[in-house]
Amino acid sequence: MTTMTMIKALNEGLRRVLEDQPKSLVMGEDVGMLGGVFRVTDGLQKDFGAERIIDTPLAESGIIGTAIGLALRGYRPICEIQFDGFVYPAFDQLVSQLAKIPNRSGGRVRLPVVVRIPYGGGIGAIEHHSESPEAYFAHTAGLKVVTCANPADAYWMIQQAAAGDDPVIFFEPKRRYHAKGEVDTAAPELELYRARTIREGRAATLIAYGPTVDVAANAAAAAAEEGMDLEVIDLRSLSPIDWAPLFASVRKTGRAVVVHEAPGNVGMGAEVAARISEECFYSLEAPVLRVTGYDVPYPASRLEDDYLPNLDRVLDAVDRSLEY
Amino acid sequence: MGDQQRPAKKTAKNRPKPASTNEPAFVQLLTPEGQRVKHPDYDLTLTDDEYRGLYRDLVVTRELDAQGTALQRQGQLGLWPSLLGQEAAQVGSGRALQPQDTVFPAYRELGVQWCRGIDLISSFALFRGTDLGGRDVAADRFNMYAIVIASQTLHAAGYAMGVAKDGAVGTDDGEAVVVYHGDGATSEGDFNEALIWAGVFNSPLVLFCQNNQYAISETNARQFRLPPYRRAEGFGVPGVLVDGNDVLATYAVTQAALDRARHGEGPSLIEAYTYRMQPHTTSDDATRYRDEAELDFWRAKDPIVRYRKWLAAEGLADEAYFAAIDTEAGELVRELRSRVMALTDPELTEMFDNVYAEMPPTIAEQRAQAVDFQASLEEGSDVR
Repeated sequence: MTTMTMIKALNEGLRRVLEDQPKSLVMGEDVGMLGGVFRVTDGLQKDFGAERIIDTPLAESGIIGTAIGLALRGYRPICEIQFDGFVYPAFDQLVSQLAKIPNRSGGRVRLPVVVRIPYGGGIGAIEHHSESPEAYFAHTAGLKVVTCANPADAYWMIQQAAAGDDPVIFFEPKRRYHAKGEVDTAAPELELYRARTIREGRAATLIAYGPTVDVAANAAAAAAEEGMDLEVIDLRSLSPIDWAPLFASVRKTGRAVVVHEAPGNVGMGAEVAARISEECFYSLEAPVLRVTGYDVPYPASRLEDDYLPNLDRVLDAVDRSLEY
Repeated sequence: MGDQQRPAKKTAKNRPKPASTNEPAFVQLLTPEGQRVKHPDYDLTLTDDEYRGLYRDLVVTRELDAQGTALQRQGQLGLWPSLLGQEAAQVGSGRALQPQDTVFPAYRELGVQWCRGIDLISSFALFRGTDLGGRDVAADRFNMYAIVIASQTLHAAGYAMGVAKDGAVGTDDGEAVVVYHGDGATSEGDFNEALIWAGVFNSPLVLFCQNNQYAISETNARQFRLPPYRRAEGFGVPGVLVDGNDVLATYAVTQAALDRARHGEGPSLIEAYTYRMQPHTTSDDATRYRDEAELDFWRAKDPIVRYRKWLAAEGLADEAYFAAIDTEAGELVRELRSRVMALTDPELTEMFDNVYAEMPPTIAEQRAQAVDFQASLEEGSDVR
């Protein structure tokens, strides 16, 4: 076990990928000399060379489009999109090309491309630097979408994503980048597309992912002080979703609250609530509730504490669920 | 209603004069009258068989393409994007390719596909809707059709980066990559990003623009103020304008660009100046935006007529040869037609099976549900 930040864990995970897979590449804006604006790729160019750690022109569609071409040539690109709000110029290359070319080919072409995207708010940033666009990509067949919530998952999930032959959108919760955690570098605890129950309880199920896992865990700890035991599940994979542990949990607790930063409207929480109502209808004691960002553009940073799901909003939703 | 003036006329009167009636200075080795002419920078010497082979390619391409239009009219294809008029651009460039080169087509490159010796059925299956046009692209060195305009230019730029990374350039047998696109594609961001990438990474990429004068209904005047071959220079990429209806000139120009690329000297852009004689696709009505006079202007520049004149004048081929090619093309058309008609609908499960390398349980579950549901309907119909 080693203690490290999520940034360090990602960096170490990428190093393992680059060592193990000679065809892997890291490409994106400022990932080379600078080491990335968050320093996730710090030192990689020095150790693996500019042929493999590629500073690209400033064009997101170009990054993903050329990564597709490199993958067609047999390379395994790991792309960095600098910030969540900058991914949209690459939207066609992601949803109409990267996601669909393997299917278009009848399975003859595989595109092992990982797209890392720092996402979410809570860092006092200017516009376009705090968004949560995961639902767009989870909605797109052909892409897999995952997100890590702690350094151990960051370390292993980036390696697991790079090891597969499917395109993976890899969301990194940037407000958790500097949080430290224990990392067991010997073996991964879970497969990539598995949800994890991080706290067991019987009163209600909190379902979170990425940056809100910590929020949900803190809410559960506070509830425990009041004698209420909440179960907390970290989804980890947003497409596909590992449904079995969710259904088992809700059948036990009878109540579920989904927590995410993205707006609620047509968000991940809507899908989770719909599937739980389909599969756990006779176990439910209350409708599935959601604690999410509001259905507005991400606000100016001085308002973000009111926009983001926090401990009080989560506990309020739990209370409403229990009062049903 | 019937007395009102048709808006199409108004559009025709107001639209900008098409660039196609102001012929620019381009590389030409064979005039529309069939005269071989010299160019200071480009020349082409082929064997007699190769010269005759180009004629065969042109005629076969035209006939197979015409069959695509016919099959659509007969309800056998959902859509067909005809290449009529662009045969020389495709055959000249297609024959300049070496076996180790890789092609990224748009969606009208039947002639290039023919020159590469790849089974054409995949393109017909795509437009029949029996599959999505999938093939073994690595073995064919000819990628799938790209429907989203200019999206393939970036794939080609990335692939070309990979070729250079592999050290597969710098010799006579080095690899080159060619990407086909149209004049409309030059307005897309992806095209311009591909030029930036190819330029800054000095990739072995040839961008082959078939300027067929139209992006569906919009003329060049709505796509650019400076023609693409001149814009290339702004990206640090050499550009050349070639008579796209001259099979010898497109061959010579493409060969030079490919040689440059395979020797590690970097990317270039070719603008092949040609004309789309048919509507954009079988779903388009070109009479709403262009007139017969314009078509007549381009009919006089037909790529096959001029080449046949030259072959005959040089004594490279005679009427018996031309007749034999017509017969062979007819046989190829009949064979293709019967194979297209024999393409059957895919199995229900095919839509699920190739989405991922590792099928998620969620899709496996939906696949099973769809199969069960279909079976339940069939059982139900038996009962009735």
